[in-house]
Amino acid sequence: MAIRVVSTESLEIRVSDDIVRVRQAVRQKSVGLGFGLVDQTKVVTASSELARNTLDYGGGGQCHLEVVENGARAGLRIIFEDQGPGIDDADLALTDGFTTGNGMGLGLGGAKRLSHEFELSSKPGDGTRVSIVRWK
Amino acid sequence: MPKGQTRLPEIFDKREQEIVDQWIEQQQAIGRKLTAGEREQANRQSREFVRSLKSALERNSSGDISGPDWAMVRDFLIDLSGQRAKGGYSPKETAGFIFSLKRPLFTALRGEFGSDPQALGDEVWLVTQLLDELGLLTAEAYQKNREDVILRQQKELLELSTPVVRLWENILALPLIGTLDSARTQVVMQNLLEAIVQTRSDYAIIDITGVPVVDTLVAQHLLKTVAAARLMGADCLISGIRPQIAQTIIHLGVDLSDVTTKATLADAFDLALRRGGYRVVREASASTSAPAR
Amino acid sequence: MERIPILKMGEFLLVTIQVDMHDRLAMTLQDDLTAQIVKHRAHGVLIDISALEIVDSFIGRMLASIASMARLLDAETVVVGMQPAVAITLVELGLPMRGIRTALDVEKGMTTLRAAIQETGQDGDPGRIH
Repeated sequence: MAIRVVSTESLEIRVSDDIVRVRQAVRQKSVGLGFGLVDQTKVVTASSELARNTLDYGGGGQCHLEVVENGARAGLRIIFEDQGPGIDDADLALTDGFTTGNGMGLGLGGAKRLSHEFELSSKPGDGTRVSIVRWK
Repeated sequence: MPKGQTRLPEIFDKREQEIVDQWIEQQQAIGRKLTAGEREQANRQSREFVRSLKSALERNSSGDISGPDWAMVRDFLIDLSGQRAKGGYSPKETAGFIFSLKRPLFTALRGEFGSDPQALGDEVWLVTQLLDELGLLTAEAYQKNREDVILRQQKELLELSTPVVRLWENILALPLIGTLDSARTQVVMQNLLEAIVQTRSDYAIIDITGVPVVDTLVAQHLLKTVAAARLMGADCLISGIRPQIAQTIIHLGVDLSDVTTKATLADAFDLALRRGGYRVVREASASTSAPAR
Repeated sequence: MERIPILKMGEFLLVTIQVDMHDRLAMTLQDDLTAQIVKHRAHGVLIDISALEIVDSFIGRMLASIASMARLLDAETVVVGMQPAVAITLVELGLPMRGIRTALDVEKGMTTLRAAIQETGQDGDPGRIH
């Protein structure tokens, strides 16, 4: 069954205040969809992780918030894109504790665990695109 | 008849009353007997729908009901389905709202186009297409509503089946009965954590005597629950570890070294009391004839 | 510039985090807190996160840093007031929260701190550390 996009909203991620804006936008959308509190918290937290990755490792980028439908199910799909250096080894990057920076290295693995669907595409020198979906 | 040139809107204007009357008769022939209130509501809805249908046809009679011109009609039917799903109407009684409109419309069309078989054929085809699409939409919306009701009932059942018990002022118990899947674990965690907040308990005993299968997933769910309670400042004990379960857990290689486990709820309660600084003292009985326990 | 206020409560310091933290604010907080620990010779720090609806790995790292820095300055740290939805999410996220004590609220936090302060310097179970 194909996923249908009902609405899209895009945000720029250029400075750390934008991470807060992404959280607020995701919160608003998930409340609007009637997500329970725990589901809201999970999707907002996952978005926060990925937005921070986009900023810290991708040199900034965009976040696209999509309200999606799959048959009778409604959900939120959030796509993070950057034109940064890209990820060399996607599998390794998803391992907890992996990091090339100073962090705890949880961004990707954590976001994946908090989401129902997770897609990562990235090539060195070609930027990174991460997409997560949480269904109601 | 070229597309966009149906005479249906005109026919609705001319024969609205008789169409609606016949339609209501048809509706009442389906399914159960309606109460006076339900009949009144069906009358109102039918009139409103015919008008809505007429406006939509005036705007777009291509037979395609998915565009914005037909939004009002679609919304009306989705609402109706919702009401009827909740009201305990059958699928037949719900989709029947639409399908029973066919006969009155065909009768009206025959009256208008009796001598023009080509035009009659075209109009009948349009009506058939439209009502089939609308009927399917109604049936799907009804189905979705029923599914929502079932989901909601399942949720409530889930919540009811994971009660948190206050054993002492500082000690909670969570006797789990049945399987522990990820949906249930989330409900269990929420209930437990909220109970910890409300009772300001320091200790929570999760009793798994009633959990038949403990595999890696169940063990993970338990560990997550323990971890979440800890983040809220409560100490978690797991009780009801049967000998077979103890073996399974070791064989699975699950690391429970971080968690205090006890064979029975009573043992766990005893430990929680001691950790909490409580002491249970039996007072000497006043009556010497009281049986020793 | 906004700063997160640090209150002195007896021998402890209380930090209440109520806003969405961004990087500058987190850095400033760590600076201020370490300075205050030394200034007041505080032996315990309570970080009240009851107003935080989201705790991501950035905040988690910040809390862990604060706990480590405080320990170097001979102060114990307790994080209090985590919301249930946040706790559930943090566990799913997989944030280890190592070396961070937690308590339900400020009152229980103080009890935990007093016990922790007594225990450090002794061998044995260092209390509810994760």
